[in-house]
Amino acid sequence: MKKQDVPQDLSSLGKLTTEVCYATDESGKYSAEQSRGWDVKIQALDVTWDEVKKKMETARQKALNNEVSPLQFFMERGVMDIGILASYAGLFKWQVKRHLKPSVFNKLSDKRLRKYAEVFNVTVDELKSMNVHEQ
Amino acid sequence: MCMNSNFQHKQAAHCESGVTRNLLQNIGIDKMTEPLAFGIGSGLFFVYIPFIKINGGPAIAFRSMPGIIFKQTCKSLGITVHRKKFSSKEKAQEFLDARLAEGHAVGCQVGVYYLPYFPKEYRFHFNAHNLIVYDKQGDNYLVSDPIMDTPTSLTSYQLERVRFAKGALAPKGQVYYAEQQQPVSDAQMKQAIQKGIKKNVFNMLRIPGPIAGIKGIEFTGRKIKNWRDKLGIEKAGLYLAQLVRMQEEIGTGGGGFRYLYGAFLQEAHQYHAHDELIRISNIFTQSGDLWRTSAVQAAGIYKGRLGSQADFNTMGDYLLEIAALEKKAFEDLSKIKWH
Repeated sequence: MKKQDVPQDLSSLGKLTTEVCYATDESGKYSAEQSRGWDVKIQALDVTWDEVKKKMETARQKALNNEVSPLQFFMERGVMDIGILASYAGLFKWQVKRHLKPSVFNKLSDKRLRKYAEVFNVTVDELKSMNVHEQ
Repeated sequence: MCMNSNFQHKQAAHCESGVTRNLLQNIGIDKMTEPLAFGIGSGLFFVYIPFIKINGGPAIAFRSMPGIIFKQTCKSLGITVHRKKFSSKEKAQEFLDARLAEGHAVGCQVGVYYLPYFPKEYRFHFNAHNLIVYDKQGDNYLVSDPIMDTPTSLTSYQLERVRFAKGALAPKGQVYYAEQQQPVSDAQMKQAIQKGIKKNVFNMLRIPGPIAGIKGIEFTGRKIKNWRDKLGIEKAGLYLAQLVRMQEEIGTGGGGFRYLYGAFLQEAHQYHAHDELIRISNIFTQSGDLWRTSAVQAAGIYKGRLGSQADFNTMGDYLLEIAALEKKAFEDLSKIKWH
């Protein structure tokens, strides 16, 4: 990549910091250059998060229909799977699987709900209601 | 605790080669650069693990196993390394505090998911990020994250959270630092460069199995041609987006680390007067360019501008072309007669 071709498409990271990439001058010699982002990368992240949002919306609907517990919604929101959530919550996978059932979730102790809320960086009320403001 | 007030933060393309350079420069090895750390640490790689999924997409890496760059660079230069993992969060913090009090700058493996200074869009459950903690003021740790252009800080709670991130490659509070020692000679650098190249040649050309090194790139290229039929256009697009993120996202220096490796070979030439190194560096520039051209093709697919089987064939063929280029480059590297 030539120095003058280093892309400068402003990304969300680019607002905080530039990124280093290595590029060549006319004679082919490398040096470290600064980039503010690249559309191709920004779009790759965008489609990934659009997919996450889709899964979140599906989970929210299912939770409102009482088919799953709100944990499913927060799991999708946190890009987690059952294994990751279980290890953050300090539980076994089978326990988390049970808590994904609304009937079991509704009976969880305050202590356990607080633990889940901490994992997701929300309050217990937000955890139950799924009323969260996206940062 | 002001012994580290002279720690110098420097930004880098890749977190591990950046941390390696910054830690080594901090103990007086000024000739260490990011490309040299990357090459001596045999950082260039390719692997596609088809039976593992990451975020529901393909598990693809363009770099060697986390931790290898620092370990191998120090070992090749005869630098003593201390490395420790913890099961207790309290002990992990005590150990870090004690090293800081002694004046050490300490490398930490962390997860990025809870890293507060990263934009939300970048926070996945990726646990092989590296940063340096170089001082503590009150409850705040001063942090040199090589991705950021300036030093930053984390509270003890925030640092504990990222040091004990969970999931694949969980860091378990892992810390590492290099012991202050004698200056590194040019002869040692020459030796280390040679060794790093040889190991990288092995990793790319001769590693057993069909999914790693040059064979892994060919394997992936062939697979991509089937993705449209096998996965459907939408999921295939998400797979390609994941490929591009691994290749170009923060920490690669562009072109899936190929530019970084090209820069390394040019710097290697300052130690080994083989003009072959400069010529082969140019092949890696071409390869990096081709990786980026393929990323533009991939973006066409995941943004929905492209989508025919012919478009997927073109995408796959880019990887086959790259594999041929890099195969030649590594074969040429393996033929260099070192003195």
